[in-house]
Amino acid sequence: MADDIVFELLHSEIINYAMEQSKDNSEKKEADLSIVEYIGFAAGYKVMERLTREWSRFKDELDTMKFVCTDFWTCIYKKQIDNLRTNHQGVYVLQDNAFRFLTNFSNGQQYLEYAPRYVAYTCGLIRGGLANLSINSIVTAEVQSMPSCKFHIHVQRV
Amino acid sequence: MSRQTSRLDAKKVNSELLTLTYGALVSQMLKEIDNTDDVNKQLERIGYNMGVRLIEDFLARTTSTRCLEMRETADKIQQAFRLYLNMQPTVTSWSSSGDEFSLVWDQCPLSEWVEMPNNGLKYCMLIPGAIRGALQMVQLEVQCWFVQDQLKGDPVTELRVKYIKRLEDAVPAGED
Repeated sequence: MADDIVFELLHSEIINYAMEQSKDNSEKKEADLSIVEYIGFAAGYKVMERLTREWSRFKDELDTMKFVCTDFWTCIYKKQIDNLRTNHQGVYVLQDNAFRFLTNFSNGQQYLEYAPRYVAYTCGLIRGGLANLSINSIVTAEVQSMPSCKFHIHVQRV
Repeated sequence: MSRQTSRLDAKKVNSELLTLTYGALVSQMLKEIDNTDDVNKQLERIGYNMGVRLIEDFLARTTSTRCLEMRETADKIQQAFRLYLNMQPTVTSWSSSGDEFSLVWDQCPLSEWVEMPNNGLKYCMLIPGAIRGALQMVQLEVQCWFVQDQLKGDPVTELRVKYIKRLEDAVPAGED
């Protein structure tokens, strides 16, 4: 049982590491966040397996999303998702008005250009978690004004 | 709506997530960096960076004062382990001059569910890095290394800490 701050520091060090790696091996201007996203994916995939082990089967996709928004989110981000919207065709928008990794940064537009780094891990985490519940998806994040953040989940239907 | 109340234990989930995230990071590093020694170095550096910041949290929370002796420092490190990783390492094997000691533990949340290939990787290298970084911020230079490692088949994990020197405040460059 580790303390929260350790997790937060590790999170920012992962970003640091990814920044350095992408500086070394690419001439692109955009920072390569795929490593961060992938680490999130791997962790999410495994943690979901452990969390839902003693859980009754989810009724449908929406039920799964609700689980992510309430229980899963409360454990990791200390609060529930503030708003869940869906078009019932596989697009879900999860809105968090005070996203944990952004609350310490700013309250408004400042440092907005760095926001993508701090949401990449969580995108991966959601994607990994859902993948283990056999929902293939693409998760993107949108930050308009810190510290609120929207996660878009596009479920990939076969 | 009975499911709305969380049935998960937040503390447990968080620590599992930390363990798994760390695992994912290490495996990602192994994929990208060919040389395991370099991976060890990177992990140590990540630990160092974390330690540098963690010490502030530690000092703020525990109202510790400056340590005058390595024995006090050892106590503080033990306390930090309890605070941050919820583990209780024992402090043993003091050298006769009192500047070197071992931290011994048999369970570490970081190395849960880990099985290692035998390739020289020091999986928990984060911890000595963090100790080094944190102590540097209180002007102690130390050296840390693993003597025994459970992941390598030893019965316990033993981390040796050696006092090198006290860092002095230096005059900023350009001023005299």
